[in-house]
Amino acid sequence: MALLDDFKRGDRRALSKIITHIENRREGYRTILAQISRFERKAFRIGITGPPGAGKSTLVDSLVAKLANTGKKIGVVAIDPSSPFTGGALLGDRVRMQHLADKDKVFIRSMASRGQSGGLAAATRDVITVLDAFGMDLIIIETVGIGQIELDIIEACDTVVVILVPESGDMIQTMKAGLMEIADIFCVNKIDRPGADRLVSYLNNMIHERLGEFSQEFPAVGTNAVSGLGVDKLSDAISRHRDYIVGNGMFEQRRKRQLKNEILSSVRDRIVKDLDHMIDLDGQFESISSKLNSGETDPYTAADEIYEHYFRGRLVNG
Amino acid sequence: MSDKIRVLLAKAGLDGHDRGIKVIAAAMRDAGFEVIYTGLRQTPEMIAEAALQEDVDAIGVSILSGAHMTLFPLIYKAMEARKCTDIILFGGGIMTEEEMVILHSQGTDKLFGPGTPTPDIIAYVKDVVARKRKSEKII
Ligand SMILES: Nc1nc2c(ncn2[C@@H]2O[C@H](COP(=O)(O)OP(=O)(O)OP(=O)(O)O)[C@@H](O)[C@H]2O)c(=O)[nH]1
Ligand SMILES: [Mg+2]
Repeated sequence: MALLDDFKRGDRRALSKIITHIENRREGYRTILAQISRFERKAFRIGITGPPGAGKSTLVDSLVAKLANTGKKIGVVAIDPSSPFTGGALLGDRVRMQHLADKDKVFIRSMASRGQSGGLAAATRDVITVLDAFGMDLIIIETVGIGQIELDIIEACDTVVVILVPESGDMIQTMKAGLMEIADIFCVNKIDRPGADRLVSYLNNMIHERLGEFSQEFPAVGTNAVSGLGVDKLSDAISRHRDYIVGNGMFEQRRKRQLKNEILSSVRDRIVKDLDHMIDLDGQFESISSKLNSGETDPYTAADEIYEHYFRGRLVNG
Repeated sequence: MSDKIRVLLAKAGLDGHDRGIKVIAAAMRDAGFEVIYTGLRQTPEMIAEAALQEDVDAIGVSILSGAHMTLFPLIYKAMEARKCTDIILFGGGIMTEEEMVILHSQGTDKLFGPGTPTPDIIAYVKDVVARKRKSEKII
């Protein structure tokens, strides 16, 4: 396939076309992914999540500007929500990413969430694979940012940065445990606003409480994404976290777990689809439905019967 | 299901008003498009590069600063340099019919004068993208 040859040669247009192909689940996309996933891959993946307007895009911009200076090739995937009513989307993250014009080192792709609710789009992980195979050293993923915890990011990244702002107090109260679960590094952005110091020390207490004195702690970092203040510290924290997880084996463990989850969920999706399809074809449900109406059976027995019909003898649960 | 229509919207030139283009962006979203809005003061290089990375079907550029006669051809050149002139380039600004004809001959597919109703622009994009996709399928 000519497109793949161009891709291998480092052609950005081919990269872009392949991403579209995969994002739209066009015919043959799995074959392309299968091939691409065997190319050499080495990218470290950083997730940036946080409430709407926290400054995620602005921070990505200043982080990338800094990292691109070191000669690294960087891919950015920025996800914004699709409208549930029209399916359309207004993808505005690029507005804040104006310093990223160095086309040979930085490639940015905006994605609409297309009905997915976990903070990423359904195809985001595949797009990350494609960027990785293209030769990126770093991939940064900005989640939708809808003001709730976006869990998908931990399945797609090595280091997750949660961005909060001085006004995020209420959110932290309600989601404390969940936030701790996903954050490897906390960043308090908009430190030019009142209340930032208090939030930083509150977060640090929280981190200390949770981790105790035996594991390595990553204290919350304060930033002003507009002026660039503190961005050095954030980028240091990210590389220290990388060294830490690579050193203690967590990196490999995480990747293994992610891969397992990804493969299993892909198998599960197909089983569910097939099953729905078979049940439709067999007319199984019609007959059960009439038995339900006449009171000959109940929903629980009916579920058991359907399960046994398709899976008896094949599965442990049967 | 057919692929979503992806459109890049940008403002080029030095004028700092983005109300109009934001209204169009929102209307296009409501029409089911995926709109990548890139903001104010975009250079021709930035516009063409963003269009390439986002793999859009069409680029819409608004230029109200009076520099349209230089900027549109430069955008087209930047697209040529990236071998992506198959992307539809349309735009709006304050210009004469004659200027539109010249710009059209220099690569801009369609120009809209001031006050064009947004639904007309949306209908244009839908139509031209559908035709483009059809012809690509035949090849
Ligand atoms: N005062 C102040 N404003 C900031 C700072 N960082 C970002 N902003 C502003 O906050 C606004 C939102 O910034 P974005 O980078 O778009 O935030 P975001 O989290 O990407 O937003 P969504 O993607 O819409 O969720 C912009 O107007 C920024 O200029 C900061 O450190 N201080
Ligand atoms: Mg953003």
